[in-house]
Amino acid sequence: MHVLILGANSDMAQALARKFAQAERAHLTLASRDLELLAKQARDLEIRFQIKARPLYFDATDFPSHAGFYHSLAPKPDLVILAFGYLGDQKRAQEDFGEARRIISINFTGAVSILEIIAQDFEVRGHGGIIGISSVAGERGRQSNYIYGAAKGALSLYLGGLRNRLHPRGVRVLTVLPGFVATKMTEHLDLPEKLLATPAEVAEDVYRAYTRGKEKVYTKGLWKWIMWIIKAIPEKLFKRLKL
Amino acid sequence: MKLSGWGRYPVIDSQTQSFASLAELHRCLAVAGDLIVHAMGRSYGDSALHDRVLLSRRFNKILDFEPQTGTVTCEAGVTLADLLEAFLPRGWLLPVIPGTKFISVGGAIASDIHGKNHHREGCFSECLQALDLLLPNGEMKRMSRKENRHLFQATCGGMGLTGIITTAALRLRPIRSACIRETRQRCANLQEVFQLFEANPEPTYSVAWIDCLSSGERLGRSILMLGEHAESGPLRLPPPRSLGIPLELPSFVLNKHSVALFNHLYYHGKPDLVAGRLTPLEDFFFPLDRIGHWNRMYGRRGFTQYQLVLPQESSLAGITEILQRTSASGLGSFLGVLKLFGPANDNLLSFPMRGYTLAIDFKIEKRLFPFLEELDRVVLDHGGRLYLTKDVRMSRETFCQSYPRWEEFAALRERLGLQEKFNSRQSRRLGV
Repeated sequence: MHVLILGANSDMAQALARKFAQAERAHLTLASRDLELLAKQARDLEIRFQIKARPLYFDATDFPSHAGFYHSLAPKPDLVILAFGYLGDQKRAQEDFGEARRIISINFTGAVSILEIIAQDFEVRGHGGIIGISSVAGERGRQSNYIYGAAKGALSLYLGGLRNRLHPRGVRVLTVLPGFVATKMTEHLDLPEKLLATPAEVAEDVYRAYTRGKEKVYTKGLWKWIMWIIKAIPEKLFKRLKL
Repeated sequence: MKLSGWGRYPVIDSQTQSFASLAELHRCLAVAGDLIVHAMGRSYGDSALHDRVLLSRRFNKILDFEPQTGTVTCEAGVTLADLLEAFLPRGWLLPVIPGTKFISVGGAIASDIHGKNHHREGCFSECLQALDLLLPNGEMKRMSRKENRHLFQATCGGMGLTGIITTAALRLRPIRSACIRETRQRCANLQEVFQLFEANPEPTYSVAWIDCLSSGERLGRSILMLGEHAESGPLRLPPPRSLGIPLELPSFVLNKHSVALFNHLYYHGKPDLVAGRLTPLEDFFFPLDRIGHWNRMYGRRGFTQYQLVLPQESSLAGITEILQRTSASGLGSFLGVLKLFGPANDNLLSFPMRGYTLAIDFKIEKRLFPFLEELDRVVLDHGGRLYLTKDVRMSRETFCQSYPRWEEFAALRERLGLQEKFNSRQSRRLGV
C-alpha cells in the first residue's frame, strides 16, 4: 500500500504515518515544505518500521504547482491523507485580511486544489481512499475562531460532496473531526486534560474508522456528543454565549 | 501552561515551547532567560519544572540503526517505548530498563536511570556510546567515556543541568525471546529478603515488592522477584491489555486501612514460591504501565516517591528503622520496592551505590514533609542518599551532605555558564 501524506510535518500527520507504517506496512510519501524535517522523519519511519518513506516538497498554497506535484508521483497512492492546516490568529484575522486569507487558503482552497486533482485520478482508476483532517471548529461558528472554523466547515462540506461523488467509483472519503489535540498548534493553550487527545490517540481512532469504512469520525469520541449538544443550541441563545 | 511531574505535585504555571529540529532548538535557546528541558514528565518531583521549559517530545526521531552491532542513534525525545516497539521484534533490547517505558532517552540519561539488573549492568550510562550536548553559547559538544569525559560524567545523572542533550548513541543487546523466566518467592521479613538478595547475585533481574505497613515479626515482609531472559520463544507478543484511571480518585480512598488490606491480599495472593514462570517482558518490567494515569490514584493533591539508598553495611539497620517509622506513622502506600544495587559509577550525581535501595510512595498530606525530614536524618546517619529524580523536597543541606561530588558539579556549572541558562525548581532548591 502507498500512502501520500500532505502536510506530513504536522504532529497528527506524523502519528498517522507511524500508524499506517506499523499496521499496514505502508510505503509513504511525505509531503510538506520543510524538507529537512521531512527527510529526518522519513529516515525515522524507515528504521522503525522497515518500510520505504520518501520526502517530497509540497506547498498547499502554491496552487499552480499541485498538478505537477501529483503527476510526478509514481506509483500513484492508494490512500491520501490531507493533514495540512493552519489555526492562525482570530484577532489578527479580524483586523488583517491577509491573515484571514491565509487561514482560508491553507485550510480550504489549498485542500480543494490538490484534492480535485487526486479525485480525478481516483475516479478514473476506480480505486483509492482519502482521509481529510477537518475540525470540530467547523461545526458551528463561534466568536473565538470563526475564520478558522469557517474554513474547516467548508472543508467538511467539500469532503462530504467528494464522498458523494466518488462513492459509485468505490473511492472512500473519511472526514476526521478532531477536538482538542496536544500538538504544536495548541501547546500554548491550557486545554482540559480529559478532552485532550494525543496525536497517537487520534491516529488510532482514524485508523480504526478507516478500516471500518466509516464516513466521519470524531476524535476523541466524546466530541461527537459535545458537538451534538453544541449544535442543538438555538442560534437565538447561542449568539449570547461567550464561546 | 500548567505543568507538573509524575507526582502531580507541585503544579506550576510554566511558559512552554517545543522544538522538533536543531534550528528550532537554537532559536529557543537564544531567547534570554533560564530554562529546563521537559520531555515525558515522568520524573516525580520538580526536576523538570521551571518558569520556562522546553518540551522535547517532538524532537523524537530515530536517526540511525546498525543491525550488526545493535547501535541506535536517536534524538533525545525518543522514548524507551519507541525503542522497544522498533527493535524488540528484531531481537534487540536496551540493556537497562526502568520501571516504566514512557520515559525519554534524554530523561534516562539526565537521571542515569537504573533497572532491576543494576547489580549486573549498572546504570543507563553504561549502554551510552556517545551523546551530543548543546551548551549555552550554542556550541554542540560530542562526549563519551573517551571524549570530554568529565562533561560526560556530569551530564549522565546531571538532571539536565549541564546543557541540552540532543542526540544519543545507545548500544542495544541481542535477546532471543520477548519473555522473562520469572521466579517469585515470599519472604517473611526484612532479614529473609536480604538473605535471599545476597544469595542470588546471578539472576539478571531482581527486585522485591515490600509491605511498608507491616511491623514487628513481619516488618519488611516481601515478595522477591527474580528474572532471566528466556532462551527461546516469540519476539513479537500481543500488546499487553491496559486499563486506565479516568479520574482522580478522592484522596481518602488511599488510607492506611485500604493500603494494609491491599498489602495483605497481595502478600498472601500468591503461593510461597512460583518458579520459572514465563512472563511477557513488558509485564515483568512495566507492571504499572498497564494502568494509564496511575498517578491519579493518589487524588488531587498528588504524591511523592521517597527513594533512598544505603551502603550495604548499614542497610539492614537503616531500612529497619525507616520501615518502623513508616509503619508507625500510618502514612505509606501500595508501592514499596526494594533492591540490592551493584557498585556506584564515576558519574558526578548518579544515585546508585552498593547497598539497598528502598522506594515508597506517599500521598501528599500535611504531616508528610515533617515526617520525611525525620527519614532524611536516618538516611544521612546511615551514609545514604535520596534519588534526585523522585525528589521534590530534600533540603540543600541533605543534598550536599549525601552527594559528595556536588561541589565539583556546581563548579563545572559555573565554569561553563550553565547556572545562567539551565535551572529547575529542584536545582534552585538544592543550590547547584
